[in-house]
Amino acid sequence: MRHLLSIEDLSKSDAVSILDTAHELARVSDGAVKKLPTLRGRTIVNLFAEDSTRTRISFEAAAKRLSADVINFSAKGSSVSKGESLKDTAMTLQAMGADAVVIRHSASGAAQRLADSQWMSGSVVNAGDGTHEHPSQALLDAFTIRKHLRAGAHDLEGLTVAIVGDVLHSRVARSNVLLLSKLGAKVILVAPPTLLPVGVESWPATVSYDFDSVIPFVDVVMMLRVQQERMSDLYFPNAREYSRYFGLNADRMKSMKQGSIVMHPGPMNRGLEISAEVADSARSVITEQVTNGVSVRMAILYVLLTGSALEAGSN
Amino acid sequence: MNSIDVVIKGAKLPNGTVSDICIQGEHVVDVVKDYSGPATHVVEATGCVVLPGLVDLHTHLREPGREDAETVLSGSQAGAKGGFTALSAMANTSPVADTAGVVEQVYRLGQEAGYLDVFPIGAVTQGLRGEALSEIGAMADSVARVRVFSDDGHCVSDPLVMRRALEYIKKFDGVVAQHAQDPRMTVDSQMNEGIVSARLGLKGWPAVAEEAIIARDVLLTDHVNSRLHICHLTTAGGVEIIRWAKARGIDVTAEVTPHHLLLTDDLAGSYDPVYKVNPPLRTEHDVHALREALADGTIDIVATDHAPHPLEAKECEWQEAAFGMLGLETALSIVQKTMIDSGMMSWEQVAERMSLTPARIGRYADQGQQLAKGAFANLVVINPTKSWRVDRDLVLSNSSNTPYHGHELPGVVEHTFFKGKQTVINGEVISKGAK
Repeated sequence: MRHLLSIEDLSKSDAVSILDTAHELARVSDGAVKKLPTLRGRTIVNLFAEDSTRTRISFEAAAKRLSADVINFSAKGSSVSKGESLKDTAMTLQAMGADAVVIRHSASGAAQRLADSQWMSGSVVNAGDGTHEHPSQALLDAFTIRKHLRAGAHDLEGLTVAIVGDVLHSRVARSNVLLLSKLGAKVILVAPPTLLPVGVESWPATVSYDFDSVIPFVDVVMMLRVQQERMSDLYFPNAREYSRYFGLNADRMKSMKQGSIVMHPGPMNRGLEISAEVADSARSVITEQVTNGVSVRMAILYVLLTGSALEAGSN
Repeated sequence: MNSIDVVIKGAKLPNGTVSDICIQGEHVVDVVKDYSGPATHVVEATGCVVLPGLVDLHTHLREPGREDAETVLSGSQAGAKGGFTALSAMANTSPVADTAGVVEQVYRLGQEAGYLDVFPIGAVTQGLRGEALSEIGAMADSVARVRVFSDDGHCVSDPLVMRRALEYIKKFDGVVAQHAQDPRMTVDSQMNEGIVSARLGLKGWPAVAEEAIIARDVLLTDHVNSRLHICHLTTAGGVEIIRWAKARGIDVTAEVTPHHLLLTDDLAGSYDPVYKVNPPLRTEHDVHALREALADGTIDIVATDHAPHPLEAKECEWQEAAFGMLGLETALSIVQKTMIDSGMMSWEQVAERMSLTPARIGRYADQGQQLAKGAFANLVVINPTKSWRVDRDLVLSNSSNTPYHGHELPGVVEHTFFKGKQTVINGEVISKGAK
């Protein structure tokens, strides 16, 4: 595996081996010395052409714990129209000798363009491309679910996950649908019909417009962020109505199954898609997702740059 | 016996008969079984097919304004190479072809290039803004004698503006060539809306945004008894509406591009913007409907929508890239591949769809004539048994955005004649000075 562009490119065993590697690396991170020498002398560039402090910091921490040199290249709002082209940026990074580029970009397919071009030779990690995919987020979500609900197992067989909210514009949803179903979970998409893509029927997931009918049967409720600007694009009448049908509040949480968990990729709109009581409840694993994000991103860099994975129990 | 300038020997005519075509000056002077008289040039064409020179009703020549992408000269050369003897230059240049001055300039540039007829298309509305009618009469009465009016690249979306345009052009025997795309339904759209766009996270361009405008416009055309042409039809639903309108007797014609006869939306999966085009590549289902409609005559013509763009407009992220692909040099090969080699159409039908009918729609009297005594000697000799490999570095266009790079395509244009002058000899376009 040279690049991580889309969950589509991963086999089930690829995905499991990244999760297993993350599990092993998490054990290291829990130790007194958090740092491994694995990627000493390697250069990893965080190319963030779209704001995302959380994801960038997570990748930066992951790279540093593996002793890589990290360069942050923040081309805020960058696009061909606003300045340097992706091609020029890539050629600059190539000239700097980047071994891997972690790219966040507002254009769907930007990571693949970078990987398929002859502009640079390093590994490309997709850290979110437009409304396409966010594979590292899906991997950390799967890791978190596995840890809580399938301890000791490799996959997510037997679990049911509801992904709730703006599926249409969500790269997190696209990657999670692919990955969770690949790992054996049953995925239910819950959203207003306006926020589901035409063609969703081809996805390995079922669709519901009725959150309340889904909630009692799922092991995981994964809430998606709703952008404020969706209202002006006529996707739903107003925030209150959205919240009434699709928000996760304390009342709805009461009907959740014993032992089920609440997730959110962040940043949250408290009071819109998720209430503060839920976000801070015992069911919420939201801050743990952040912690796991570092281990999973370490695993991604480890697998891509060393060409090998760690097995459970290795040192 | 008088010597003639050229005899083309042994080619198969569109109707399947093998004949010799005699050319003297600008005209075909005879079509005979076996010409044995003297001729200055003898073109051996046994095994080849000869068609009346191809006529493109939809070409972006980019001049004036974007000469880095294409000029009238480079586009003319690409056209000749593809077997064309007439192109129709779309109005979305800079400045827009919405006055007599601009269309006369483009017309004159075509004459100066001398490879084929360049017929300018006039904008329907000033600046393609869809608000006020452009100087339709002045363009119609100009030296360029414009008969086709189009805001192509933009839809004439306001129904009242469209109605007025359809009415007004009747005075000039004109036709409105509509780019059918509801603008509100396609804000920031990137590709066909469907299974592939859902997967790729690219904003969808729904088929209904095309079909709704076609439906509205055939009804408007019926109401004001005018003439409508639908540019680049792409959807199975659009085909059904055109079929219905024709059955009702509405004077509507429709075109399909070669790329919509062959390519499908799954190619966007590479995120390579060479496949980004407007209207977008559709599904396999649409492709089949378009082929059937072209074969049965519901779709009247093939038009290239040749849309050159400089490298930097395509060497970028998909959503930043320009819409459009080259078409002139590959059109005939794609039609052979999709329609002839599949057994869906005859060469006679190709002559109708790519020469006779587009000339009739555009009112290009000297073009699209049957290959018979007295016709202008506009013709193309094709070897359908040869194939060639498309190389974007070898195209004659100033741009290289062909989606067929590396494809092996059937059918080689061996010779093109424009009003008796040979513009392509053995597959090579003559150089400018050699005319």
